[in-house]
Amino acid sequence: MTSKVSSPTEQADEAVVGEQRKPPGAKDVRRLDRVIIRFAGDSGDGMQLTGDRFTSETASFGNDLSTLPNFPAEIRAPAGTLPGVSSFQLHFADHDILTPGDAPNVLVAMNPAALRANIADVPRGAEIIVNTDEFTKRAMQKVGYAASPLEDGSLDGYNVHPVPLTTMTVEALKDFELSRKEAERSKNMFALGLLSWMYHRPTEGTEKFLRTKFAKKPDIAAANLAAFRAGWNFGETTEDFAVSYEVAPASKTFPTGTYRNISGNLALSYGLIAASRQADLPLYLGSYPITPASDILHELSKHKNFGVRTFQAEDEIAGIGAALGAAFGGSLAVTTTSGPGVALKSETIGLAVSLELPLLVIDIQRGGPSTGLPTKTEQADLLQAMYGRNGEAPVPIVAPRTPADCFDAAMEAARIALMYRTPVLLLSDGYLANGSEPWRIPELDELPDLRVQFAQGPNHTLDDGTEVFWPYKRDPQTLARPWAVPGTPGLEHRIGGIEKQDGSGNISYDPANHDFMVRTRQAKVDGIDVPDLEVDDPTGSARTLVLGWGSTYGPITAAVRRLRTAGDHIAQAHLRHLNPFPRNLGAVLRRYDKVVIPEMNLGQLATLVRARYLVDAHSYNQVNGMPFKAEQLATALKEAIDG
Amino acid sequence: MADTSTEGPGTIEALSLVPKAEARQSMKDFKSDQEVRWCPGCGDYAILAAVQGFMPELGLAKENIVFVSGIGCSSRFPYYMNTYGMHSIHGRAPAIATGLASSRRDLSVWVVTGDGDALSIGGNHLIHALRRNVNLKILLFNNRIYGLTKGQYSPTSEVGKITKSTPMGSLDAPFNPVSLAIGAEASFVARTVDSDRKHLTDVLRQAAAHPGTALVEIYQNCNIFNDGAFEVLKDRQQAEEAVIRLEHGQPVRFGADGSRGVVRDPHTGDLKVVTVTPDNAAQVLVHDARTASPTTAFALSRLADPDTLHHTPIGVFRSVDRPVYDTQMADQLDAAVEQNGKGDLAALLAGGDTWTVVG
Repeated sequence: MTSKVSSPTEQADEAVVGEQRKPPGAKDVRRLDRVIIRFAGDSGDGMQLTGDRFTSETASFGNDLSTLPNFPAEIRAPAGTLPGVSSFQLHFADHDILTPGDAPNVLVAMNPAALRANIADVPRGAEIIVNTDEFTKRAMQKVGYAASPLEDGSLDGYNVHPVPLTTMTVEALKDFELSRKEAERSKNMFALGLLSWMYHRPTEGTEKFLRTKFAKKPDIAAANLAAFRAGWNFGETTEDFAVSYEVAPASKTFPTGTYRNISGNLALSYGLIAASRQADLPLYLGSYPITPASDILHELSKHKNFGVRTFQAEDEIAGIGAALGAAFGGSLAVTTTSGPGVALKSETIGLAVSLELPLLVIDIQRGGPSTGLPTKTEQADLLQAMYGRNGEAPVPIVAPRTPADCFDAAMEAARIALMYRTPVLLLSDGYLANGSEPWRIPELDELPDLRVQFAQGPNHTLDDGTEVFWPYKRDPQTLARPWAVPGTPGLEHRIGGIEKQDGSGNISYDPANHDFMVRTRQAKVDGIDVPDLEVDDPTGSARTLVLGWGSTYGPITAAVRRLRTAGDHIAQAHLRHLNPFPRNLGAVLRRYDKVVIPEMNLGQLATLVRARYLVDAHSYNQVNGMPFKAEQLATALKEAIDG
Repeated sequence: MADTSTEGPGTIEALSLVPKAEARQSMKDFKSDQEVRWCPGCGDYAILAAVQGFMPELGLAKENIVFVSGIGCSSRFPYYMNTYGMHSIHGRAPAIATGLASSRRDLSVWVVTGDGDALSIGGNHLIHALRRNVNLKILLFNNRIYGLTKGQYSPTSEVGKITKSTPMGSLDAPFNPVSLAIGAEASFVARTVDSDRKHLTDVLRQAAAHPGTALVEIYQNCNIFNDGAFEVLKDRQQAEEAVIRLEHGQPVRFGADGSRGVVRDPHTGDLKVVTVTPDNAAQVLVHDARTASPTTAFALSRLADPDTLHHTPIGVFRSVDRPVYDTQMADQLDAAVEQNGKGDLAALLAGGDTWTVVG
């Protein structure tokens, strides 16, 4: 579905539910510049789907948006319990936004557990839509409500909309031949319909989605559509909802182009396929399922018609092993995992360092150590990526900063791997992986050329005049060794993890040669061409620099904007390359009196920066499995500026 | 120097995608310029010579042959072959070779591994390579000891083995690699002995022709840390009673003048060794490596006494056709193109709900 966004008013009038055109003028319509909605319910209530659909509607309407899915690791935690609560937060606006938002303006609570688990994040004055049907004594007791929060005054100051969502859904579906239980399952679509009415969301996409999703079960499709429309109509008719809201498209914010909503893992998958095309090499993924990286395996498995081979291995080690084997054979080879998987892959990454073959290692970081918090975000694998191998085994590291940026980061990782014949670690995280935002779809001719030349013939002349192939004779510029793939006549050679003689690649235990090879591998990675770090300092008078990497880009930038709006001066820089650092990083750091590094770890980038540049960088940390909130960061940065 | 066989790659289905050599090859074409550094007297020399001698028979372009190994004495093997090769890390060769073979069907990919490499640290990769049936030929050099780390017991060492790490005797029961492979759904399983060049070559020939994963266990003598481990199979006199030579379609008989034979015990269904008499000669098992059921092949693999090695069958236990992983992987790619057309990146990126921002 494609819609054109030119003027907000024109778009708002297009809100359609099925055949019924409902001009929203019948009730008060208020214009907002941004809204944060959180859908919360039981793991089985379909909150992620509801959030996804509302996001798609919002994206196709042309708002800027940012999402934060938040769900437990258990597939179906015990119903109605606090650990079983699953939520989806969406921030959308008529202007450029950077985060899923700190505090919801609207909370949809499908049961008492959802209310209890989320109410602390919701400021007074916000709207709360509760499914009153689920507020039974037993359900409330289960989460520790002695009295009903709907009646005991604890929600005073909130704008509470008590809606018997379950009853109304069942009622709306009474003409369908469904059991009560089956009918109840559509209550999330009722809620979606209601919220879609409240915020004037276009609904064709959801209707089409439901028809497609349940194409094989037309009665279920029809029931969900009916529930969705009933929710919309309820908003339209009930007096409890006196006002609906418009959030105009963010058309002025976006450069011209065609946009779609995209999650980090999808963008990363597309980036890999695009890199394969741009390198003119077949893509090979060796992977073992692990949260939150598995979606990349799933996505790439769908695209075999692009020549993509996906291999679900017996374990993490085999996943990277197969990828390395494919790299030896001339594929663009990738392995995808999360932190625990990187630990298992370490030895093979070291082998790839020694073999000097291109290989992408994609780490969708999650809470650690050990199994940690599989579904929560963290960026605590930086030092593992940097140092987590035996011996001197330097590996380039790149990190995306937003969900859509995962596309470009994948291309950049591929560029470095191919050009320098090296494994590259790409550090995404759970927040980027599952979060989403609008993405301007690139034209193919904007994509970088990633083609490299395989070795074709001898590259060295022995003293006796014999022409030979030396697998470790390097390109003097990049220090990359030739990539000679099996099947090339005359270039038969053997490589391995034992130290190699410079040039010939034969086994060598010579002390001086080892020293030289260690330094050369380091020099190759140190010499990788990465762009200089850009500093955003509009007034040029900032004395404090905030430096970040990875998914903290959104919250840091939002915090910086708040400070500048309030008249403070602060400079901001964000690293794409963690190894090697941009050449100008040291000079940038020294320009400021104070450097603050917010990270979702205990100061890993700060450790690297302090060690490397002897700069007294201040670490600001949060390791609670959630992204930073902009307000909290703004406060911390303000203290740094004033302190 | 080995002769070029009349049976070239064109006639071997498993190698039909691998380009042929343009000229007749000889053993020396497969020798690399590297000095072989195994201990003098090591069984690995014999295996290397047999493999180098056998390769010309396949008549494959040697640039399309790859040897991948793990870690251990045997894993130095690729350095001595003048083909493409990778000496990788401990236990992981089957995984690496799987990636190579499944992405490059024009290659003949061989894995060289040992009992520690394949069955201890790399046990997981081995069993999964076997069940997947990737087009790999795995040569498992079994010397029942850790050689490169200087003499600890291995997962095939007999119980009670006195080594540096087990001064009072090892406690773990050993793996029988052939039994393990058959249990892991292997489509081709064979056993041979380093010193029997003819038998070794014959087994290699059958392994090379097999579509899918072939596991060849090669009993290999470590003359430093476990000398004579297989002497009973090599000493002409003892071997008569100890070795059972399996040949497809032939009765399983051994001993002096074939005086001994293998029959099925009607009560247990198991196999046992008997002295062949005119009365029971008709009951002697006829070896059928191609039968779909692995039951009898497994029973044969259990005949040997793990301590004395008496009644050790050698030869091809099992050789059956099963779908080959890399073939099917390629077929799925073709089918995807057939169903959805060749991938169109622009269309992929612009999929889903889109909106256009005009100036």
